[in-house]
Amino acid sequence: MAILKGIAGAVAGYALGFAVVAAAQLAMGNPVGGAVPVVIGSVFATVGWLLGVGLWRAWAREWFGLEPRLDVPTGPGRYFRFNTDHKVIGVQYLVTFVIVFGLAGLLAMVIRWELITPAADLGGDAYNQVMSLHGILMVAVAVAAVLGGLGNYCVPLMIGARDMAFPRLNALSYWLIPPVAVLLLTAPFVGGWDSGWTAYPPLSVVNAGGQVLFVVAIVIFGLSSILGGLNAIATILRMRAPGMTLMRMPIFVWSVLAASIISLLFTQFFAASLILVLLDRVAGTTFFEAAGGGNPLLYQHLFWFYSHPAVYVMILPGFGITLEVLTHFSRKPLFAYKGAVAGFLGIVVLSGIVWAHHMFTSGMAHFMNIPFMALTELISIPTGLVFLSALGTIWRGRLWLRTPMLFALAVLFNFAIGGVTGIYLADVATDIHLQDTYFVVAHFHYTIVGGEIFALMAGIYYWYPKITGRMYREGLGRLHAVWMFLAFQLVFLPLFVAGIHGMNRRINEYVEPLRGYNVFASVAAFVLGAVFLIALGNLVWSWARGRVAEANPWRATTLEWTTSSPPPPHNFEQTPEVVGDPYPYGEPGAVHVRPVTVPTIAGGSE
Amino acid sequence: MAAVTEHLTHEHPAERLRTNRLGLWLFIASESFLFAALISARYYLLGTERSEHLNQALGFAISLVLLTSSLFAYRAETAARFGDQRGFRRATATTIALGLLFMVGVVLEWREGLAFFPPSTLYGSAFFTLVGFHAFHVFTGVVALALLLFVGRDGRFGPENHWPVEGVVKYWHFVDVAWVFIFPTLYLVK
Repeated sequence: MAILKGIAGAVAGYALGFAVVAAAQLAMGNPVGGAVPVVIGSVFATVGWLLGVGLWRAWAREWFGLEPRLDVPTGPGRYFRFNTDHKVIGVQYLVTFVIVFGLAGLLAMVIRWELITPAADLGGDAYNQVMSLHGILMVAVAVAAVLGGLGNYCVPLMIGARDMAFPRLNALSYWLIPPVAVLLLTAPFVGGWDSGWTAYPPLSVVNAGGQVLFVVAIVIFGLSSILGGLNAIATILRMRAPGMTLMRMPIFVWSVLAASIISLLFTQFFAASLILVLLDRVAGTTFFEAAGGGNPLLYQHLFWFYSHPAVYVMILPGFGITLEVLTHFSRKPLFAYKGAVAGFLGIVVLSGIVWAHHMFTSGMAHFMNIPFMALTELISIPTGLVFLSALGTIWRGRLWLRTPMLFALAVLFNFAIGGVTGIYLADVATDIHLQDTYFVVAHFHYTIVGGEIFALMAGIYYWYPKITGRMYREGLGRLHAVWMFLAFQLVFLPLFVAGIHGMNRRINEYVEPLRGYNVFASVAAFVLGAVFLIALGNLVWSWARGRVAEANPWRATTLEWTTSSPPPPHNFEQTPEVVGDPYPYGEPGAVHVRPVTVPTIAGGSE
Repeated sequence: MAAVTEHLTHEHPAERLRTNRLGLWLFIASESFLFAALISARYYLLGTERSEHLNQALGFAISLVLLTSSLFAYRAETAARFGDQRGFRRATATTIALGLLFMVGVVLEWREGLAFFPPSTLYGSAFFTLVGFHAFHVFTGVVALALLLFVGRDGRFGPENHWPVEGVVKYWHFVDVAWVFIFPTLYLVK
C-alpha cells in the first residue's frame, strides 16, 4: 500500500512539476518542452514519492503542527514501507543493491561478450550506453551496499544502541534510492547517455537527453549518501552504550565513521559538478564551453575532488569488515588496533588532496603533476598500517577457514595487487602510458571488486545468521569463495597485460593482437558470473529453509552477538555495559561486555 | 518534534537536543562544501576578474538586509527559549520580511545582470549560479520560518520545546554566513 501511495505521489508530483514549468514557458512566450519540465517534474516526482511512501505520515505532518503517525509493522510487509528500524532499513539496502549488483553484472557479461572478438559486434553507441550503465550502477552498489546495508544493520548493534541517531532520516535515505533506479533505467528510453559514469563535458553537455536523467538521478543519490553519512556519524558519536569508548569500538564501526565523513562532505562536489553540467545544458551557462570562455577541466577538478575520495567511501568499510572477520576467525585480538584507526583517519585526510592524479594527461598545468604524484603515493602509508594490522592479526593465529574468513583472506591478496598496480598509475611517467587503458580497468576492479565486494561477501556470510536467524550452507559458501577468487584472478590479470599493450578502455573494437587476452578474460568472466547463481541460491534457500542459527554461531566477542538472531526490534533486552576491548581473545578474564542473562528467545523469533 | 525520535532512540530529552545539534552542524558542514565548490569554480574560471557593470550599492544594501535579519532570527530563538510568544512571533515575522526583501533585491540585481552579463558570459555563469544557489537557500529558510510561525501560533514553543526554532535559526545564520563569503567573491575581489 505504501508503495502504491508513493507511486501515486510520484505521478502527481511529476504532473505538477511539469505543469508549473510548462505554464511558465507559455507565460514567457517560449515553446513548451525541452529538458527543464522533465528535470523539475522529476524533482517534484521524487518529493511526491517520498511523501506518499510514508514521509508525510511519519514526519512531514509534524512540520505543519499535526501529530505524526508512526506504526511499527511486523511480518514481511515491514520491508515494503517507510520503516524506521535500522535492521529493516539495512535489509532493504542489502536486497536492493544485490538486485542492482545482478543487473550491473549482467551488463558486464554483455561487455565481455562484445569484446570476445576484435570487431564491433554491438554498435558503438549501444556499447557506450551499456558500459555507462554498468559503471554507474556498480558505483552505486559500491557506495551504498556496505555502508547502507551492513553499516545500517550492524553499527547500532555493535555499539549497543537502540537505533540510529535519526531513524526517520534513515528511512528517508533509503526511500530516495528507488527514484534513482527509475531515472537511471528510463534513461535508455530517451536516448541513454554515453559518457560513462564520469560524465565528462564537453560530451555530457551535448549528448542525448538521457544525460539529464543521469544528472538528476545522481544528485538524488548523492543526497541519500550525504544524509546516510550524517546519520552514521551522529549515531557513532552520540548513541554508544555506557562504557563504549571510541577506542573500544569494533574496527568496522571505525571504518564506517571514516567513510561517512567523506560521504558527508565530498559528495557535494559531485552534485555541484553535475548541476553545472545541467545548467550548461538547460540554462545557457558556459562553465564548460570553451567557446564561451569556460573550461572543461573545471569539471574534472570538481568531479575528482569527490570521486577520488569516493573510492575510500567504498574501500574503507571493506577494510573494516576484513579486519573484523580476520580477528574473530584468527581468535586473536586485532593487531595494532590504534594503527588501523590511524590508518583509516589518515586515508580520510589524504583522500581530499590527491584528486588530480586522475588528470595527468588531461592538459592541466604541469607543475601540478609532481605534488599530486607525491601526495598520492603517501596514501600507501595509512593503507600500509591497515595491512600491517591485518597481517599481524593472522600471524600465528588459529585460522578458522569458514566462508567469511576465506573472503577476508582473498581481500588481502586482491587488494595487495590492486594497491601495487596503483603505484604505476600514480607515477606520472608510467601513467602517461597507462592512462585510459585496461590496466586502469584491471586496477580499479582489483581494489573495488577484489577489495570491497569480496569484503561485502565476507560481511554478508559473517552476519547472515544474525540477520536472517538461519545458517547458510557452509559447503556452498566455501565453493562460492574459492570459485569467485579463482575466476576473478583469471578475468582481470590478463587485462593488466592487455592494458600495457595498449588496449584502451571504453571501446568496442580493438586490434587483432589483443584478441587472446580478451577471449581469455571473457570466458573467465562468464565463469565468474555463474558463481553468483550458486551464491544467490544458497542465500535465498537458506533464508527460507536453512538450519536455525544460534545467537552467536561464531563464538565472537562483539556486542551484536550478545543478542538473539535476529535481534528483537529494540535490539537488546537490557542496555549492555561495555567494560573492555572488543576482541579479548586469549586474554584470561578479559571481556568486552559485562555478561548479562542471554535472552531466552534465541533464534527464529521476530 | 523530538518526541517521536526520543521514543525511537530511548534518549533523554536533553541528550536528544545535543544529538539534534550535532546533526545540524554536520549538515551545515556538508552544505559549506557545496558553496566551496561553486566559489572555487568562480575563481578557477575567472581568477579575480569581475564584470564592470555590477551594482555594488545594491549588493551592499541587500547584504545589510540579510545580516540584519540574523539579528532578528536570534531574537526569535531567544524569545522562544524563554517562552515569550509575542516576541517570538514578532521577531520571526521580521526575519521573514527581511528575507523576502533580500529576495526582492536579488530579483532587481538579476534584472540588471541579465542586461549586462547574461548567463551565456563567463562572469554571468558564475554570478547567476552562485546567487541562485544562495537565494534558493534563503527561500528554503523563509519557508521554514513561515512554518514555525504557523505551527507556533498556539504557543507550543517554550523552554521545553525550542529545538525546531533553534534549528531553523541556526540554518538561517549559516545561510547568512555563506553570503558573507559569496558577496566579496562576486562583488568586491578584483
